[in-house]
Order: sequence, then C-alpha cells, then structure tokens
Amino acid sequence: MRDVSIIGIGQTPVDEHWGKSLRHLAADAVLAAIQDAAVERADALYVGNMLSGVIAGQEHLGALIADFVGLRGIEAFKVEAACASGAAAVRLGYIAVAGGLADVVIAAGVEKMTDESNEVVTSGLAMAADGDYELPHGVSFVAINAMLMRRYMHVYGVSHDDFANFAVVAHQNAVNNPNARFQSSLPTSRFLDAPMICEPISLMDSSPIADGAAAVVLCATELVKDPARAVRIRASAVATDCLSLHDRRDPLRLDAVEMSAQKAYMQASVAPTDIDFFEYHDAFTIMAALSLEASGFARPGRATELAREGAIALDGRIPVATMGGLKARGHPVGATGVYQIVEAVQQLRGEAGANQVAGASLGMTQNIGGSGATVVTHILEA
Amino acid sequence: MVESKAMKPSREVGIIGYGAYVPRYRIAAEEIGRVWPAAGSTPVEEKSVPGLDEDSATMAIEAARNALARCGGLDPKLIRAVWVGSESHPYAVKPTGTIVAEAIGATPSTLGADLEFACKAGSEAMQMAIALVGSGMAAYAMAAGVDTAQGRPGDALEQTAGAGGAAYVFGPAGESLAVLEASYSYVTDTPDFWRRPYQHFPQHGSRFTGTPAYFRHLLGAGSGLMEELGYSAADFRHVVLHQPNTRFPTRAARDLGFKPEQYRTGLLAPRIGNTYAGAMLVGLSAVLDVAEADDRILAVSYGSGAGSDAFVWKATEQLSARRDLAPKTETYVARREPIDYGLYVRYRKKLYAH
Repeated sequence: MRDVSIIGIGQTPVDEHWGKSLRHLAADAVLAAIQDAAVERADALYVGNMLSGVIAGQEHLGALIADFVGLRGIEAFKVEAACASGAAAVRLGYIAVAGGLADVVIAAGVEKMTDESNEVVTSGLAMAADGDYELPHGVSFVAINAMLMRRYMHVYGVSHDDFANFAVVAHQNAVNNPNARFQSSLPTSRFLDAPMICEPISLMDSSPIADGAAAVVLCATELVKDPARAVRIRASAVATDCLSLHDRRDPLRLDAVEMSAQKAYMQASVAPTDIDFFEYHDAFTIMAALSLEASGFARPGRATELAREGAIALDGRIPVATMGGLKARGHPVGATGVYQIVEAVQQLRGEAGANQVAGASLGMTQNIGGSGATVVTHILEA
Repeated sequence: MVESKAMKPSREVGIIGYGAYVPRYRIAAEEIGRVWPAAGSTPVEEKSVPGLDEDSATMAIEAARNALARCGGLDPKLIRAVWVGSESHPYAVKPTGTIVAEAIGATPSTLGADLEFACKAGSEAMQMAIALVGSGMAAYAMAAGVDTAQGRPGDALEQTAGAGGAAYVFGPAGESLAVLEASYSYVTDTPDFWRRPYQHFPQHGSRFTGTPAYFRHLLGAGSGLMEELGYSAADFRHVVLHQPNTRFPTRAARDLGFKPEQYRTGLLAPRIGNTYAGAMLVGLSAVLDVAEADDRILAVSYGSGAGSDAFVWKATEQLSARRDLAPKTETYVARREPIDYGLYVRYRKKLYAH
C-alpha cells in the first residue's frame, strides 16, 4: 500500500449561494484545489454529496462536475453516505491512490441547501435515518438528536446549559475564518436564551444548513513535488452502525465513532493524547459531546466537563472546530467532511492565521453520517 | 441616444383625489404568538383583519369613494379607467375593477380590469393610469391597490398579512393635490413568493425574500429614480416604502439615506400589518393627509416575483383644502377593535381553508 498525501485544497465560503448553481460551486472549489496543488491533470474525481437529487433535481454529479472543470473523460462519480458523504469521497480517493490504481485524485464535496423550502430540506435530511423503522414515526433529524440529548442529560445528570461551551468555542473560532457562515462570537447568555427548536435542542445547539463546496487533491507521497506543503494521510478509517437509534447497543455510545477512531489510531500508531486538534462533527452540541467521548478524548458523560475546563479551546489540550466547526463555519452536509479536511490541512501547513494551533503536527477529522451510522475518521500529519 | 430611465408622461399628471380604507379589526402579533409560538421578536405590533362581509372589492369601493370625494366634485363619468391591483381578488375570473367602477358611477364609458403582481399590483395600476392620462387618451383614471392578504396558519406570513388599501384618481396637473415629477420601475424574474392556482395560501423563499428580492428591487427602483432626477434624501420631506413588516422598510429607508422623521408618517405596518398591494398606497395616503405645499415625496412599492415602482410627487397648494373631504388614513388606523385568534379564524374563514 502506498503512502498518500494531500497536495492541494480549495473551498468556497459557506453561505447562501443563491447566485451559483451546484456545478459552479463545485467548480470553484475543485479549480482552487487544482491550482493549489499545481497539477495539470487527475486520474479521478470523487464527489461527496447527499441531497442534489432532492434539492437541485440533479444526480450524476461525477461526470457533470468533471466535465465542467475541464476534466472530461476521467473516472468520476458521486459518493453518498448522508452527512459523511464528503469524507467518504476522500476515503475513496485514498483507497484509489494507496492501492496504486491512481496517482492523483480529486475528492470534492458539494451541497446546495438554501434554494429549497425548509420542509423539503428537512425531509431530505431525514432520509439519513431508517426509512422503514424511524421515519414512519415522523421524526426529523433534530428530533433524533433531541432524544439523544434528553437521554444524555438524564443518564449523566448534566443540564442543557452545560453544552454551551461547544457552541461558544465554535463561534469564537469562526470569527477569524473568512469562509465561515457565522463570523461572529456567541456570548454564553445568547446560548442560554436561544429559542427552542426541539426540546432540549435550541437554535444555538444546532449547526446551520448552508451552501458550499470544498475539495482536496490527493497524490501518492512518492510522487509529491513539493513535500514542504504536502500533508500526509496517516489514517483513513470508516466504520458503520445500524441506522436506527433503537437498534443500538447503547444510544449514548456511538460504536461506529469508536470503531472508526480506534482503527485510525491503530493505522497511525498513535493514541488520542498524540492528536493536536480534532475537527469533529458538531452538527448538534450533543454530537460534539458523544464524538469526544467515543473517540477517547473524554470518558462517557464527561465531555461537557472537558469543554468547561477549556480543553477544547485553541490553546487547550484538544482544540476542536478550529475554524468554526459545523456550528459556525456551517454544515453544507455533503461538503462538510471535505471542509474539515481542508481546514486540518490549513492547520498542518501553518496557514490557519489567527486560529493557528501552536505546533500542530497531527490532526484528526471525523465526519458522521446520520445519527452515527457512518463514521469516517482521518488522521493527517504535517 | 441614451434615454433617461425615469419615466415622464407627455403632459403633466397629478393626483386629483386619494382615499384609503383599513378594516376595524386588529389581532395582536402577541395573540398570534400565543397560538403559534415563534422565535424572536414580532415583526409588527398588530395587523388589520377584514370583517366577515369584507373583501378586496368592498375595501376598494370604500377607498375609491374616499378618493372621489377628494376630487372636488369631479363627475365620475369622466373617469375613463378603473384598475384594481390585488392578490386577493374575490373572483379568479370576473373583474373587481368593474364592481368598483359601477359602485362609484364611472360606468359604462370606462376601462376596467384587475392587475396581479403580488404587492406591486396597486402601483402598477398607478403607472397605467398615469400613462393613460399623461398620453391624453383620458382626462381622468383611477388606480387602486387593496388586499385581504393570506397567510397559512403558523407560517411567518400569518403574523403580518393584513387587510386594507387605497385608491387614487389621476388627472391634469393643474387640478392636482400632488404632481408627478417622474417614475421608474425595476423588474426581474425573481421567485421569492408565489401562490399557485387553487391554493389558499402563498409559499415563500424564507430568507431569500430579503436581500435578493425586497432590498435589491426596492433600493434599485428608489435609488435609480433619485439618481436620474439628481436628488438625495435631503431633497424629500417624506418617503414611503413597501412595508411587509417594520424592519425591512426601516432598513431600506436608512440605506437610501432617510431619517426617521422622513419615513415615520408613511410607516403603518407596525399598526396594521402588511396590506400587500395596498401597503405603499395606504402609506402614501397617510403622508398626503399631512403634507404641505411643495413637499417632495418619494414612494416606492415592492412586489414579489419581483419588482418595484418608484414615484416622486410634489404636493400642491390645493392639498390642504381638499384632504378634509374624506376620512383621514389615521382615522382608519386608529379605529381599532381587537379580536382574539378564535374570532380571527372565523373572520378569515380559516376553518374551511386547506
């Protein structure tokens, strides 16, 4: 198996891109990544996306975008794994390059969500849950997370207020990210006063839907021309779980997160304590807590304590959401996993500006599909 | 030759008479919020609600009669067009315009038709009436904008969708209460809000109704006309903007450089809600109720779909004498009977709407 590196990154601002189509958004990110990588060609393009069919009435994104960016003819297709689609596309690129079937692969994620009504988007997102056993009961994705959060608060005796730090830290980090959806800090008081969406989940527990695209160029490390800027992929690991909450061994233990993280640690021969920062999947504050615990950064029920102690701040023991995370950078679902990796590369190149994690050499990204049924974890090294 | 974007009729046209009408019932935004709790502050304080026997035709007639009363004894037979803009015409096929024309005695030697352009239908009717008079085809023409706006129960629109309207009679500048300096219209195909046939309630694009829709068109029309005429905000005594809520027109007025004392008089949305095709027209009538001779007034509508009509008016000496010939706008706005959500549901026949 060959060693794989990321040699180029590209991203569009996460925003309401009412003036740009899906293909234009994707092209902006892909062309930026190609330029950043200084490559002329690629062997394949894998596009992470969840909802293009539902929202834009457009499937078949691989060929569409390959053609549009001037790469007509190359291998290209769409990868779907709900909210983990983006990192799954990167994982596929990794398999191709590591396996020797390709030398240079572009992995992109694109999602356009703000053109449609909330009803259409909400029911589209709900398709990440079990269509036979969960959706017939009328649950939305927020409702599923609300049940998890309610259970968490009951079992561990923590209050809703205890989750504030996850949102506050994310917003603080987004202030310095020009690509973030909300470049504004969040006073704790605003978290505490936020309107309720689906009890106990309030507006400020929730990441915003958005439009955006991000892309990375993967290359066999042995072929890298500019090693100084290249970031090595030390681990790429996927694990799955049942889609439905009620089939889980313990709803508060995200088994796929744990399996995916453990696989990644083994691949990279590192422990959680070696990780310098963690781009986690804070779609809701409860997901932030569960991810930290299942990935080994906090003991079960202790994630809010970790956050309260300041450990997740940029100068803390395990900085998270260093460019704003899903909460404040925004969550264009199928693109999110690629944004996480692009941001990790920024950190590892030392290009994170005011948000630079001092001495960052090992970063972990984790993209979660559904309520934890597909989890893609990457560990990257400067 | 590059022509000016501003439109000016061949012969000078003015407002000969104007009149407003707002139903007496009010429901507080807080009362709607009691039934449909919503996040954040309310977009208006309360909104007007039509009674059981009121619709866009009856309200247009009330406004038209008030407008005619201010014309100073004008024979209604000389009014050669009655155009009514609304998105809540009582009939899908069968004009409201003819009902109003008959009611004020303008029939049969008259044009009569309805317009639909969401909240811009009333001001589009004004443009047509100005053109008819300005071209010399008719001495007088009437335009009305009126709505009993629909909002799906629980939808954000329900908090603001009000009822009311105003009518204007246009004629020769020499007889007028306010003379038109110029107008300008700004239209694109922008689907921010729509209602399909056989649907009771409109759909909207949430946040899309803001920057790319309301603000782009309204500011495009307003600043476009001001630039063409070489005016800045300081050249106006009053400004009236389409008012779907309190926040949008307040922000837009500030963006155009206006101060609160310039936009306060014409901003009625906080007290009567969004009267859609009537909104700018009712606001303008409130301004004409208090304007002094030579006051310059900027009025800009906005209709989803989308577009804006901007007008610059200059009040004349005749305004102060004739405005007392019909009830003032403030009389209608202040005449209020609060109702609860139950009565509101009955008056708006929401129990039957699906």
